[in-house]
Amino acid sequence: MNETWIILGATSSIAKAFAREVATRGDAVFLAGRDMDDLKETANDCGLRGARHAEAVAFDARDPGNYAKIIARLTKEEGQINAAVFVGSMPDQSEIDADPNLIAGTVTDSFTGPAHFLQLLAPLLEERGCGTIVGTGSVAGDRGRLGNYVYGAAKAGFHTYLSGLRNRLGRAGVHVLTVKPGMVDTAMTWGLDGLVLVVGPEKVASDILKAVKKKRNTVYSPFPWRYIMLIIRCIPEPIFKKLSI
Amino acid sequence: MLWKKSKYSGWGRALTANADLARPERLSALKALTNDAAQPAIGHCRSYGDAALNDGGRAVDMTRLDRIIGFDAETGIVNVQAGVQIGDLGTTFAPRGWIAPVMPGTGFATVGGCIANDVHGKNHHHVGSFGQHVTEMALIQNGKVKTVTPDKTPDLFKATIGGLGQTGIIASAKIQLMPCKGDMMVLTERRVDGWDEFLTLLDDATSDYTVGWIDATAKGEALGRGILEEGEITSGVSPTNGKSKDVPFNAPHWALSRPIVRLFNELYFRRVPSSGRTSVKPITAPFFPLDKVHNWNRLYGKRGFHQFQCVVPIDQAPALRDMLERIAMSGLASPLAVLKRMGAGRAGYLSFPMEGYTLAVDFPNRPDAVALIGRLEKMTADAGGRIYFAKDALCSSERIAQMYPELEKWQKATAKADPENALATDLVRRLKLRTPT
Ligand SMILES: Cc1cc2nc3c(=O)[nH]c(=O)nc-3n(C[C@H](O)[C@H](O)[C@H](O)COP(=O)(O)OP(=O)(O)OC[C@H]3O[C@@H](n4cnc5c(N)ncnc54)[C@H](O)[C@@H]3O)c2cc1C
Repeated sequence: MNETWIILGATSSIAKAFAREVATRGDAVFLAGRDMDDLKETANDCGLRGARHAEAVAFDARDPGNYAKIIARLTKEEGQINAAVFVGSMPDQSEIDADPNLIAGTVTDSFTGPAHFLQLLAPLLEERGCGTIVGTGSVAGDRGRLGNYVYGAAKAGFHTYLSGLRNRLGRAGVHVLTVKPGMVDTAMTWGLDGLVLVVGPEKVASDILKAVKKKRNTVYSPFPWRYIMLIIRCIPEPIFKKLSI
Repeated sequence: MLWKKSKYSGWGRALTANADLARPERLSALKALTNDAAQPAIGHCRSYGDAALNDGGRAVDMTRLDRIIGFDAETGIVNVQAGVQIGDLGTTFAPRGWIAPVMPGTGFATVGGCIANDVHGKNHHHVGSFGQHVTEMALIQNGKVKTVTPDKTPDLFKATIGGLGQTGIIASAKIQLMPCKGDMMVLTERRVDGWDEFLTLLDDATSDYTVGWIDATAKGEALGRGILEEGEITSGVSPTNGKSKDVPFNAPHWALSRPIVRLFNELYFRRVPSSGRTSVKPITAPFFPLDKVHNWNRLYGKRGFHQFQCVVPIDQAPALRDMLERIAMSGLASPLAVLKRMGAGRAGYLSFPMEGYTLAVDFPNRPDAVALIGRLEKMTADAGGRIYFAKDALCSSERIAQMYPELEKWQKATAKADPENALATDLVRRLKLRTPT
């Protein structure tokens, strides 16, 4: 069956790697984000690598007014509609500590914006009785930590939202996958100290596609993070609050 | 964070640099970077020596700018960002009947790196160098994009092709692809018993791709023995590609010691039956034989290694034979030694190719090998040949002007493009390339 992907946050390197993979197998891709010049280049790239159709669309998580237009455009596509969400922003925790106004934007980018979009998209997928939603969360959402707890809180909210959405859409034959990447070699982590088990965006993209195929509910990428986070979640709070990991 | 403190080295790992690296993922980020100050671009650091090193300075890693941005199926001209890997271009377009006319021996080289070293492939005698197929480049100077073509800006074009990144950052390039019959290669290998036979076979070869592997440990009668590989592109069904392997650690220093290399070479030679053999392989296999083993450069241990590559004019073949003899007598060579026939094709002032024979040999990074390479360089210059900047880590500055007669033109053009010398790299400084003599 024809598959069409709407990819939110398509300027990110994981999104780009993911778009390439699905393009190579012939799917249609709509690349949504803010930097239209960049999105157009990625759209060209996807088209030349085999996408049935590739198009850049303007999307700003902080401007819900533009969501409906994108969904109307997707409605015109026949066959299975899928969504993959890679939006999010992670200002330095110290910047947020200094200026709490940054919280709202972080939460919008990483949680409520995409949730709002998926909420509008869900009926279309339900109606077609098929489709996949890939939601990118983060290992940071598994436990609040010193270094990025506002971002972590937003991602935790997104995880819970996705699990509820899975509960709802599973009944209609729509698969919802929560992805929790660990540390990925992207522009966001470039030059940060203390990174461990770093993988390239291509690895995360291929882990996602494998998990989609197997209809997994939640996947950590790379997989050792599943166990690392298991341990981190098991640390009793009285001890955890004294750690800075 | 924009700038990352990094310690990195060339492919030979003998030279390293500490520099601040930025790695833009979008064109807008690249332009912004170059707004206030210029810095050299680097690709995948597949150059062996210090071409991509800028110790104590800054450099822009281009590998994430790797999109194919346009293709005209009528003309076969593809427009790519400079970070696109040459192997990626191969696997994307070969199934559709197009191929990059020039591919170096590693698919990891970026288009930017292929331009900046004006690389050659195993078909140089037919199609010339990489830069001869570049129809246009977008060059970033001071945050502005300049269009460079062979017709409208010939001087800047010739200074940029093979120009080691000294005219600005190549953001994207249009390349004239070549029609091909498919994504498979018919490969014929046969044993060659000695030097003279090798030269005759290379001279007479008519196949699309020709390369000679030389047993650089063989002496006397067997000097110059090896295997001639000839390839023709064809179509067929590709068997699933084998998984790539990795060399996870530095090997101990004896891994490539004399007896082991001799044994390896003997087995490698005998692997091909004396009557020769023909096989059909996916296109990437014969083009990029070494890419199957990731980080194979670690086989040389933590001291790293050097590759010596020179080209000498046809009539200087005896001089090249003398060099090979010296190499064989030294017992220092590694299994990797390659002999090719080169055509005259070149596109830049500092392009390496000239009509003649080119020899490339790897050596472990040891004092006696370093001394030997010094002698080989002198022999190259005396023979009217030149050494290849993409491989060099050791040459001294004196003989460069003799080897590269268009150096002065290049210096003028780069002085105009980058008056502050902001784009200089370790190689440029070591060889005093931008210092007028
Ligand atoms: C196994 C192996 C086999 C090889 N075989 C061959 C061969 O057969 N023929 C051949 O010719 N070479 C060969 N090479 C050499 C290789 O093709 C060149 O060194 C090539 O330049 C490497 O590309 P790179 O992207 O790694 O560039 P780097 O090594 O990172 O950089 C090389 C130069 O290009 C400049 N540069 C890179 N990107 C840009 C840009 N966007 N704008 C401006 N300047 C830029 C850098 O400043 C530097 O001067 C081989 C190398 C290896 C490791």
